[in-house]
Amino acid sequence: MSQKSKPLYDLSQIKKLTPARIGLARVGSSISTHDMLAFDLDHAQARDAVHLPFDSATIASQLNARQIQSICVHSAAVDRTTFLQRPDLGRQLDDPSKQRLKPYQSPDNERYDLAMVIADGLSTLAIHNNAIALIDYFQKHSASCGWRWAPIVIASQARVALADEIGEILNSRLSIILIGERPGLSAADSMGIYLTHAPRIGRTDAQRNCISNIRQIGLSPEKAARQLKVLISEAFKLGLSGVNLKIKKQSQQVITI
Amino acid sequence: MAKASPMKSGDALAGVAAATEEERIAAKFALADLPLTIFLNEALIPYEDDTVTRLIMDNHNKAAFAPISSMTVGDLRNWLLAYETGTEQLRSVAAGIIPEMAAAVSKLMRNQDLILVAAKVETISRFRSTIGLKGQLSTRLQPNHPTDDPKGIAAAILDGLLNGVGDAVIGINPAADDVVAAERLLQLLDDMRQRYEIPVQSCILTHITNTMVIMERKGPVDIVFQSIAGTEGANNSFGITMDLLQEAWEAALSLQRGTVGNNVMYFETGQGSALSANAHHGVDQQTLEARAYAVACRYEPLLVNTVVGFIGPEYLYDGKQIIRAGLEDHFCGKLLGLPMGCDVCYTNHAEADQNDMDNLLTLLGTAGVNFIMGVPGSDDVMLNYQSTSFHDASYLRQVLGLSCAPEFERWLLKMGLCDDQGRLLPKNRTAPMLAYLQEMDQ
Repeated sequence: MSQKSKPLYDLSQIKKLTPARIGLARVGSSISTHDMLAFDLDHAQARDAVHLPFDSATIASQLNARQIQSICVHSAAVDRTTFLQRPDLGRQLDDPSKQRLKPYQSPDNERYDLAMVIADGLSTLAIHNNAIALIDYFQKHSASCGWRWAPIVIASQARVALADEIGEILNSRLSIILIGERPGLSAADSMGIYLTHAPRIGRTDAQRNCISNIRQIGLSPEKAARQLKVLISEAFKLGLSGVNLKIKKQSQQVITI
Repeated sequence: MAKASPMKSGDALAGVAAATEEERIAAKFALADLPLTIFLNEALIPYEDDTVTRLIMDNHNKAAFAPISSMTVGDLRNWLLAYETGTEQLRSVAAGIIPEMAAAVSKLMRNQDLILVAAKVETISRFRSTIGLKGQLSTRLQPNHPTDDPKGIAAAILDGLLNGVGDAVIGINPAADDVVAAERLLQLLDDMRQRYEIPVQSCILTHITNTMVIMERKGPVDIVFQSIAGTEGANNSFGITMDLLQEAWEAALSLQRGTVGNNVMYFETGQGSALSANAHHGVDQQTLEARAYAVACRYEPLLVNTVVGFIGPEYLYDGKQIIRAGLEDHFCGKLLGLPMGCDVCYTNHAEADQNDMDNLLTLLGTAGVNFIMGVPGSDDVMLNYQSTSFHDASYLRQVLGLSCAPEFERWLLKMGLCDDQGRLLPKNRTAPMLAYLQEMDQ
C-alpha cells in the first residue's frame, strides 16, 4: 500500500493545503482555547498596526543620516479617528502644510522628476518596517537613471491621493507614495507603492500604478525597488501612468487606501 | 429622512446626517407623523431619473397596501409591534410596503423592535435544500483561497461540512476574475456535491456576465450571484442593469436544476455601496440599502446577504454602527419578504472585534436570520476581512435550539457527521470524505 493511499483520519494532515484556518481543534462545537487565542493575537497585531502612532521624526532623522532632505506634512484629517471616517480629508493637505511645501516648488524649466511621499496610510507599522529599506534600494536605481528628486515628504494621516496635491505643489513630473496597506490577519506590515504621472488634484485610481504586499516575507523591498524603477522608466517613456501602463507580472491590484 | 437615521459615519461623509442628537430626534418626531402615502407621491429619487425608483413604483401592490394605507410612519411601527400582527398579516402586506416605508419605520425602531418584528416573519426559499423555516439557521460555506487553489478550497469545504456548515450554499469568491477559473471551481463544487450526494447548491460569486457565459457553455450553474445596490447609478457601477438581471434569471430558471424548489438567485448588498459609487442622490445609506431589496424581490432569490461591515469605517465606524446596520438590513429585507441572511463581519481598521460579531450574531439569531457565513476560523484569507466561523453557527444553534435545513440535517446523520441531537461527532468518523482529497493528490 503506497503512502498516499493510507487513509487520512485527521484534518490536521490537510492543513498545509490552505492558509485558511481549517481543522481547528473543537471543544463541543466551539473553538479550543489555543486556536482562539492564536486568532486574537493576529487580530491584536493588525489593530496595533493601524493605531500605532506614526514616527515621522525618526523617519526624518533616518533620511537626514543619508543626506536626504525631508519635509513633514499633515493631511486635513486632524487625528486617527477623523482619518478613518473621512477619507476625503486624508486626501487633502492642511493649510500649514501647503504653506510649508510652496517654497520648494520647482520652476518649469527645472522640474523635479520625482516627488517621493512616505505616508502612514492604514498601517504605520508597514512604513516603520519597510520604507527606509525601499528608499535605500531605490536610490541606487534612481542614481543610475539620473532622476531629480524633490525633498521627500513625510505625510501623517495620509491617503494615496494626497500625493496628487503634493506632486502638484512641488511641480514634479511624477509622484510616488509609499503607504501602509490595510492590515490583514496574516500580514499587518504590508506596504504599497502608488505611482502617478503628472500628479494633480483629481487624478483617479485608474491613472495610478501600484506595487503591493511589500514586506520582508512578501515582496521584498529590494525587488519592489527594481519594479518601481521599471515602472517609472516606462511612465516617463509613455508619458502616462495607470491602466494603460502595464508591466509584465506586476501586481496591478489597486486597493483604495 | 436622513437626519432621522441612527448615526452612521457614511451619512456624515455624505453630509446628510443630523448635526446633533437633538436634531436627530426632532427629525424622528417629524418622520413619525408623515403619512405612508407620502412615499408613493413624493419619490426620494425622481421616477424619471432612476430605474430602481421606477421598479419600486411600478410594482407597488395597492391591494396589499390597503390595510395600512391610512397609517403614518409612527402608526406603522405600532401596528408591526402589536400582538395581533402576526406572520400571516406581515406576509400579506409585504408587497404593499415600498423600501422607503420600511426604511422610514426602521428609523423609529429600537434594536429590540427590529428583532421582534423580523422574528414574526417567515421567508422560505428552496433549491436542493429548504432555507428559512422557523427554528432554522442555515450557513453559506465560504471556502475562499488566495490563489483559487482547488485542493486548498476542497480542504476548506471538507472542514466546513464536518462542522455542519453549507446548507444555504457552498459559495466561493474567486480571486481571479475570469470565466475559465470560475468554471473550473464550479466543476469542483459540482463533483464534490454529486460524489457525496450533498443536498446543497453551489455558487461562484463572480460577475453575472461571467456566470451567463458559463450557462451558455452548459457549465453546472446552480445559483447566479450578483452584487446589487439601491440606485441605477450604483448598479451601473457594478456593471448591471435590470435587463441583464432578468436575462440571467430566466437562463438559470430554465436549467431546472433545483430538486425541492427553483429559487436561483443570490444577491449581496451592503450599506454605503451607493455613496461609494458616488450615486447616492443625497439619500442616507440605510434607505438606499432598502431600495436594493426592491431589486432583489423581483427575482425571487434563494439568498439575500447584507455584507454589513465589509465596506469599512468610513461607512460604518464601529461595532455599534455595524450591529445597528445589520439589524436594520435584516428587518427591512424581511418586511419586504426576502430570505435575508447577513455576513456578520468587519475589517481591521474598523473599531470592532470578534465580540461585536458575537453580539450581532446572537441578536440576528434571535431575530430569525435565515443564514450566516461560515468562514474557516472567521478569517477570510482571500478577501482579508473577518466574518463568522463554522463554530459560530454551531454556537447559535446550540444556544437558541436551531437546526439546519432538513435535507442537510438528514445528510449529516447519514454520513455520521452528527447525532440525532444535532451534536457534531468526533472527526475520526470523517475518513470517507477525506478520500476525495487523497484522490486529488494522486
